[in-house]
Amino acid sequence: MAHAHPVKRHTGLMDWLTTVDHKKIGILYLIAGGFFFLIGGLEALLIRVQLWKPLNNFVGADTYNELLTMHGTTMIFLAAMPVIFALMNAIVPLQIGARDVAFPFVNSLGFWTFFFGGLLLNISWLAGTVPDAGWTSYVPLASPTYNVDKGVDFYVLGLQIAGIGTLIGGINFLVTIINMRAPGMSFMRMPMFTWTAFITSALILFAFPALTVGLVALMFDRLFEANFFEVAGGGNTVLWEHIFWIFGHPEVYILILPAFGVISEVISTFSRKRLFGYSSMVFATVLIGFLGFMVWAHHMFTVGLGPVANALFSIATMLIAVPTGIKIFNWIFTMWGGSIRFTSANLFAVGFVPTFVMGGVTGVMLAAAPADFQYHDSYFVVAHFHYVIVGGLVLGLFAGLHYWWPKMFGRALNEFIGKLTFWTFFIGFHLTFFVQHFLGLMGMPRRIWTYLDGLGFNTMNLISTIGAFLMGLGTIFFIINIIVTAAKPKNAGNDPWEDGRTLEWSIPSPAPEYNFAQTPLVRGYDALWKEKMDGNEGMSPAEPIGPIHMPSPSILPFLMSVGLFIAGFGFLYAKNDWNNAFVSNIFGNHIVAGLGLAITLGCMVVRSLKDDHGFHIEPEEITGKGVKA
Amino acid sequence: MSAHSHLDGKLPHEPERATLEGRNKVLGFWLFLGGETVLFGTLFSAFLALRDQVGDGNPTSQELFKLATVAIATVILLTSSLTSVFAIQAMHRGQVKAMQNWLIVTVVLGLAFLGLEVYEFIEYTHEGHQFSTSAFSSSFYTLVGFHGAHVALGVVWISLLIGQVYRKGLTVVTAPKVYVAGMYWHFIDVVWVFIFTVVYLMGKVG
Ligand code: HEM
Ligand SMILES: [Cu+2]
Repeated sequence: MAHAHPVKRHTGLMDWLTTVDHKKIGILYLIAGGFFFLIGGLEALLIRVQLWKPLNNFVGADTYNELLTMHGTTMIFLAAMPVIFALMNAIVPLQIGARDVAFPFVNSLGFWTFFFGGLLLNISWLAGTVPDAGWTSYVPLASPTYNVDKGVDFYVLGLQIAGIGTLIGGINFLVTIINMRAPGMSFMRMPMFTWTAFITSALILFAFPALTVGLVALMFDRLFEANFFEVAGGGNTVLWEHIFWIFGHPEVYILILPAFGVISEVISTFSRKRLFGYSSMVFATVLIGFLGFMVWAHHMFTVGLGPVANALFSIATMLIAVPTGIKIFNWIFTMWGGSIRFTSANLFAVGFVPTFVMGGVTGVMLAAAPADFQYHDSYFVVAHFHYVIVGGLVLGLFAGLHYWWPKMFGRALNEFIGKLTFWTFFIGFHLTFFVQHFLGLMGMPRRIWTYLDGLGFNTMNLISTIGAFLMGLGTIFFIINIIVTAAKPKNAGNDPWEDGRTLEWSIPSPAPEYNFAQTPLVRGYDALWKEKMDGNEGMSPAEPIGPIHMPSPSILPFLMSVGLFIAGFGFLYAKNDWNNAFVSNIFGNHIVAGLGLAITLGCMVVRSLKDDHGFHIEPEEITGKGVKA
Repeated sequence: MSAHSHLDGKLPHEPERATLEGRNKVLGFWLFLGGETVLFGTLFSAFLALRDQVGDGNPTSQELFKLATVAIATVILLTSSLTSVFAIQAMHRGQVKAMQNWLIVTVVLGLAFLGLEVYEFIEYTHEGHQFSTSAFSSSFYTLVGFHGAHVALGVVWISLLIGQVYRKGLTVVTAPKVYVAGMYWHFIDVVWVFIFTVVYLMGKVG
């Protein structure tokens, strides 16, 4: 039944706006996430410039609060999350031997809503009214009583829209991994990165709706005079903290688990050894995901929940260190006795291990509730979460990008510049954040825009600022590497590291549109490595060559997200003092907001009514020959 | 026409699971409902935390709630769940006409429920229970309103599906859509059972 349906295949910009190909969507995530990373990084450097000496006047207190808030929010939601999604999109379907994700259309929708949500949030800089209540946006600081301009509205609406994208992206990956695995790819043969992508997606599914509700409640308080967090109306400010952290703590594991997956792949490949304790790794990942939901109140030890609650949350938090420790030992034992190659990808992975351990140790220190009364809201906490997020997640992302770059783009990154990137970034990172532990212990509070002379803070803050610039230099090296590499010929082979173990290395780099000409038959864990050991040339196919069905591209996801963007804008400026009667009318009566929502809903209806038959790629095109296979 | 239409007439017993796309859709929707459960769970928690914050001089839940109206609404919505089951059963028997009719009944019942809810909300606002009156009122309208919005969306969605099946017939493409809409409708119903208990019954006894 290979009758082809006529389908428009776009080129150029239109191709990128309409693509439903997970590999291209991965690249879009990478570009957008990278862009927001640069913005967040710039904000971080401005923060560090302000703090390099006591009583500095580089930026004022208000601007400082805005920079700090936007730095945290951007890095977590708009930089780290999308780059994780970039790797998941680029690699997970390849690792399970799938031709596509379960919902290509929804996948593209996820990207565009994230992108327009992030754009809305960052437009606040141009609008001149920037969120300034911290990435945690605690009330009453973020309430309409104490935060009168539109900054927090941008936060609420931008994150709401971006959050929708993340949520549907998570569902897409869950279904993809459950339903689309190649024959023989049982759950306990799945590569570690796919496993972590699976658990992370599950955490997204169960954590993000809580954030949605929190943001809706805050939005209602701010825009429609609700009383969720308004104490005068009977509201409860601690409720916000609970809702935020019920989402927020799982979120930090959403971030770190994929990094665990990357590190497992990279270390195993470059040690030329099977991952040590694979099943205990899987178990630890699941357990971390599970426990991640029971510890949120460790962010609230000083709120006064009482000794019983604090003790329980304290113990639950410390428990997480157990599965995490299992992982650390497994990585070390994987390297043990292996023939290790220190490629730049592996340098990042090996650098990750001790760095992340340090973050874990301070985590357990923070988990001791009585001690946390001392650490809380000090630079010690800042040091802790940067060790786990930058020293953990970001090093993991760098490792993954260097490792999979040839698979994504067909060209390997330059190894020399890669190593330069690693060393500058790694040293810069430790310079920046190691001293912050001691600043915290000496009593320097977090989230302050300046400090007095003579408190003993000066030298360490200077060191921290120098380190931050070194990290910036490392990032510049990485960008140079991308440019240099892009200018080189596209000559990466199927298995450019030669020691590839998993399915993505059995197909050309970059992967063709349909990924696998023939669905592979998986005969064990480390599917490709097993075939190599058995002396086979690549994977054996599970099916004859035949026409391959592909989904058609669509502009609807883009339009739907534009609709949400317009709606967000409409709500934001509903109560604005426009000096034009017409404009004030269409915003004030929610006509703009309604129009935006109508665009989105209209596109949904079109999508439902119009059947997507997709198109077929014929065997001749797949084999590159005119003959039938 | 469609590549799938040749399946018409000899549709498999569970047409919603006949294709990989269909199976993906059903599984994806189950997961989506998992997320929705967390969403409503959080709304319920917020309501429970705030429901006693009525404020001075504002009507309490005992004064406001009229169990008779709510009970009728409950019966209507529960019945609509049953009729949606009949629709899916008809689909499994391949009786497209019966399926269409049961879906229409479901939509009508959904509309009746919405009508009662709107009437109820208008009554409440007249009695001084407005969205911004108190923490109780805000969390009440948010929780019940979220549910109501879900019902409204379901009504529009199922209506569109009725039209779609009318035009395209029951195929392995349309069947998963109908099935998934049925799942959604049950979910809304279950949420309402909790709202009825937690908001109205518990609100009445204090
Ligand atoms: C062994 C594992 C870990 C433990 C025991 C732990 C424990 C803690 C505790 C108790 C706090 C609260 C400190 C306070 O505010 O006084 C905290 C804060 C934080 N942790 Fe961890 N943590 C661990 C791992 C991680 C990981 C893997 C990440 C992220 C990838 C992370 C990210 C954060 C962040 C972002 C904060 C600060 C949030 C804020 O107040 O802005 N932690 N951690
Ligand atoms: Cu936490």
